[in-house]
Amino acid sequence: MRIPIAALIGLIFTGAYFLAAIFAGLLAPYGMAEIVGDVWEPASAEHWLGTDSIGRDLLSRMIWGGQTTIFVATAATILSFTLGSILGFIAAVRGGWVDQLLSRGVDLMMSIPSLISALVVLSVMPVTLPVLILVMGLLDATRVFRLSRAVAVDIAVMDYVEAARLRGEKQTWIIFREILPNALSPLVAEMGLRFIFSVLFISTLSFLGLGVQPPLADWGGIVKENKEGIVYGIPAALIPAVAIATLAISVNLVADWVLNRTTSLKGGRGG
Amino acid sequence: MHPILKLLVQRIALGLLLLLAASVLIFVGTTVLPGDVAQNILGQGATPQALENLRQQLGMNDPAHVRYFNWLGGVLQGDLGTALTNGQDIATSMGQRLGNTLFLAFWAAVVSVPLAIGLGLIAVRYRNRWPDKVISTITLATVSVPEFLLGYIAIFILSVQFRALPSLAMINESMSLGEQLYAISLPVLVLVLTVLGHMMRMTRAAILNVMQSAYIETAELKGLAPFTIIYRHAFPNAIAPVVNVVMLNLAYLVVGVVVVEVVFVYPGMGQYLVDHVAKRDVPVVQACGLVFAAVYIGMNIIADVVSILANPRLRHPK
Amino acid sequence: MADNLLTITGLKIEATAYPPGEPPKEITLVHGVSLELEKGKVLGLIGESGAGKSTIGLSSMAYGRGGVRLTAGTVTLNGRDIRLAAPGALRALRGREVTYVAQSAAAAFNPAKRLMEQVIETSLAHGLMGKAEAEARAVMLFGKLGLPNPETIGRRYPHQVSGGQLQRVMTAMALCPKPDLVVFDEPTTALDVTTQIEVLAAIKEAIRDTGVAALYITHDLAVVAQVADHIMVLRQGRMVEYGTTAQIIETPQEAYTQALVSVRSIDHVEKPEAPSVLSVAHVTARYRGTTFDVLKNVTVDLPAGQTLAVVGESGSGKSTLARVITGLLPAAQGKITFAGRSLSPALAQRTKDDLRELQMIYQMADVAMNPRQTVGTIIGRPLEFYFGLTGAAKRQRVQELLDQIEMGKGYIDRYPAELSGGQKQRVCIARALAAKPKLIICDEVTSALDPLVADGILKLLLALQAQENVAYLFITHDLATVRAIADRIAVMYRGEVVRYGTKTDVLSPPFDDYTDLLLSSVPEMELGWLEQVIASRRMVAAGN
Repeated sequence: MRIPIAALIGLIFTGAYFLAAIFAGLLAPYGMAEIVGDVWEPASAEHWLGTDSIGRDLLSRMIWGGQTTIFVATAATILSFTLGSILGFIAAVRGGWVDQLLSRGVDLMMSIPSLISALVVLSVMPVTLPVLILVMGLLDATRVFRLSRAVAVDIAVMDYVEAARLRGEKQTWIIFREILPNALSPLVAEMGLRFIFSVLFISTLSFLGLGVQPPLADWGGIVKENKEGIVYGIPAALIPAVAIATLAISVNLVADWVLNRTTSLKGGRGG
Repeated sequence: MHPILKLLVQRIALGLLLLLAASVLIFVGTTVLPGDVAQNILGQGATPQALENLRQQLGMNDPAHVRYFNWLGGVLQGDLGTALTNGQDIATSMGQRLGNTLFLAFWAAVVSVPLAIGLGLIAVRYRNRWPDKVISTITLATVSVPEFLLGYIAIFILSVQFRALPSLAMINESMSLGEQLYAISLPVLVLVLTVLGHMMRMTRAAILNVMQSAYIETAELKGLAPFTIIYRHAFPNAIAPVVNVVMLNLAYLVVGVVVVEVVFVYPGMGQYLVDHVAKRDVPVVQACGLVFAAVYIGMNIIADVVSILANPRLRHPK
Repeated sequence: MADNLLTITGLKIEATAYPPGEPPKEITLVHGVSLELEKGKVLGLIGESGAGKSTIGLSSMAYGRGGVRLTAGTVTLNGRDIRLAAPGALRALRGREVTYVAQSAAAAFNPAKRLMEQVIETSLAHGLMGKAEAEARAVMLFGKLGLPNPETIGRRYPHQVSGGQLQRVMTAMALCPKPDLVVFDEPTTALDVTTQIEVLAAIKEAIRDTGVAALYITHDLAVVAQVADHIMVLRQGRMVEYGTTAQIIETPQEAYTQALVSVRSIDHVEKPEAPSVLSVAHVTARYRGTTFDVLKNVTVDLPAGQTLAVVGESGSGKSTLARVITGLLPAAQGKITFAGRSLSPALAQRTKDDLRELQMIYQMADVAMNPRQTVGTIIGRPLEFYFGLTGAAKRQRVQELLDQIEMGKGYIDRYPAELSGGQKQRVCIARALAAKPKLIICDEVTSALDPLVADGILKLLLALQAQENVAYLFITHDLATVRAIADRIAVMYRGEVVRYGTKTDVLSPPFDDYTDLLLSSVPEMELGWLEQVIASRRMVAAGN
């Protein structure tokens, strides 16, 4: 299998970020909340990225923060995916009132922007990691539901699914053997996009002070902690931008590749 | 009744119903979920008596549906309740802020909509050539960075390094329009950047879809000039999808505003909402949530209405 | 040479293909084709899909669809080579000297503009006539083309008129600016057969009356034989044969042309009476949420090992009949007896034997096979599901079935995308056969295929019927296919069976009105057929 260069770069970067998140304890030169120097020291041999607003090593904060951000985003994505795609498939295959109920419910949830919904809920719930994951996962599941339902409805009307029905196949065979293999690629690509969205979402919440709470590090929080430095020309708060943007772009590249690979299998009109 | 009018009435009624359902959702989200508002306000050290008094004062001992209808009844009469934290009337505090937010969103829309459509047209005109690629690369980069970071990058470069634009967007009524626009130039820039990417990509796709229709080929084979083809054949069919794109993204702008206001300390709705979420001031959160949902649903209704009006099949039934 | 309107010499047409996941590559669509067309004559371009006929047709306007490039040769129109002409010069000739009629008029009209505006647009844009004059000419052409209410039809929008009418409006749009040449690109292919003949007659008359020259592109030799003076047969971007229409139809020289001419002339003698395998009695059906019966009191009978052809146009209910028999749409009333047992109306109540013995083959083989399964899995699944075959025994049986459909070794591990259109349909046939059915419902199984490939499929189906004694319920709109394969025929019209019986009975007079119209509308591979039909219809109409 040939992997195009863009996808390869994307894979390498994505992999590197995940490895860094998993092995943060080994990679980070200092502890997460360890104060090791002066306030906002510039980059040096000891502190490659300098220090933050209270003298913690920024590189270590970034690595630990990456762990939190990637963990929360991954957990939320897994939740939204499992919930959204299962309900989406059920709605598509069962149709009728089940579909109506689920679809209208999702319409309602999507009638309020996700960030606003999250803020409303977080105004009464304790802001802890499980709550954040739950809220983000549930809100994002609506989008996964819409996509997987649409994909499954498209596939369910195909003659090969009808042929399986006429053969007398059970519903589990139809979902897992006829529909799922054909729905997988768009869903995997969407999973990448949902993951990026979750990264941006948790970062935004943390920046607003309503996400990951200090002293736990995360990328959005690092911006919040160091934003006062900006007006003095200290770019510490901008470092997460580089991390978020490179992660987002590399996941995007991988998702594009997965999606392109699918269309090559679907062709087959000619010949 | 003309069928199209019926369709429009239906669509608008559906939107209002959705808004009503959204109000239930917001109310449920803030009352049924675990988490004691009274406890949150008074803190862990509060005495049981104090908690009970506050609950009584907030009407929290009534059944949920009674409280909902009381709240909704108030909202319909323009009474959004009073803030827990400072006891001020929410509608009064919100008025000026809502105006400020709409002012900011309006100017962001004024800049971003023509720009996005223009860039979308350029990308279509030079499809798969370098202008298209440059535009799509830049827009991919802007959508990969969250709004608040775009904000700080803009502040870092434009206010701190070049000292060209103000980093705080303070406005008040005594300022002239020019001064106000100068003050909000950075937040507008950031909002434009956040919506531009999506809007431009979706516009490009919508126009491309129209340009690839068979009737455009028919027009080319009639020997019509490129401008005539776009003006007479592509434009009338592209209105609906483009308006849809624009509305969807303006709705997205409403969300972007929340974060951007916090970054630039702009006295608008977003800042108001975020402050009171942190203070767990539920009545304010409910009111803000409802206003944002109303704007969002309203944008979507407008998008639907335009696409119904622009559809010749609906305008001229068989 | 001096009289030639259009001369094409050594035309080579190339395009860039973008196979997903691979670098782009150059492909040649047309390899050095030459042709000549005199003023006022009609040249038919005929070939199967991929022959390059539309591409050549559009080259007469120096137009390349979707990035197609005319890379070598000359295209001389009215004495000047236009292959590399500047955009401005091309705009001046498109619409003024050459106009175009597309296959799908429904897509080719701008949905947001009234018909009249679009019809006269070319004449106005090129300054050929004033608005009033152009409108008058358009109304005249509408009338000539047999459109109802020629005075007012121009005020309608495209979606407000029928497909056949729209095709005629498109012809009027092409003729309005008085061009020298009209390119007709499969103008009647998307139409029902009874509509096709009317449009064809209208087009032919309009060509004759206006004295315009035409390139008439189609895959149907019988259609082009009615309108063309000369015919060029194309295959895979190369010319196979060129000659007068009479010569191509009556004395084709090349083997490929001969095959095209003799297509669907399979000689099938109907089989004698036999006990029935399927009886449909007084069946009525409607779709959920509608108040309209799509099937009305349908009664047909199919003898074991024989073929019942159900023929009708779109909307006749023939495909609905298949859905009712398979149980996808349970009948509201009536009774279906299959293999001696009464068949439950709904799919869910049927036994495994009911399902096994009643198989189905679809029109689009492309979407009838799961693209993620290999041929081995596709054919093997019924073996496993109905007979419990697994492992080597299953593979052995799959290979036997592949041999039976004349595909042999090397296909068992391929995916559907790696097969040609005909091969895909063969695999679908093998999947149906794997269940050892008593009846196979064939829903337009040859309609999406090129004529020669379709012929191969029909021959295969007949051979398999002889071997396996399987009955076919063959749904089609194509009467030539019916003649080739049917033992019995049911003619359907608006949800009713209007004529039913053995092939000989159904196809012999006296006819009912609809069957007469249907049978007389099928183009025949003979010169002057269209004139005869039109003349005889006029006589009948005058007689009434």
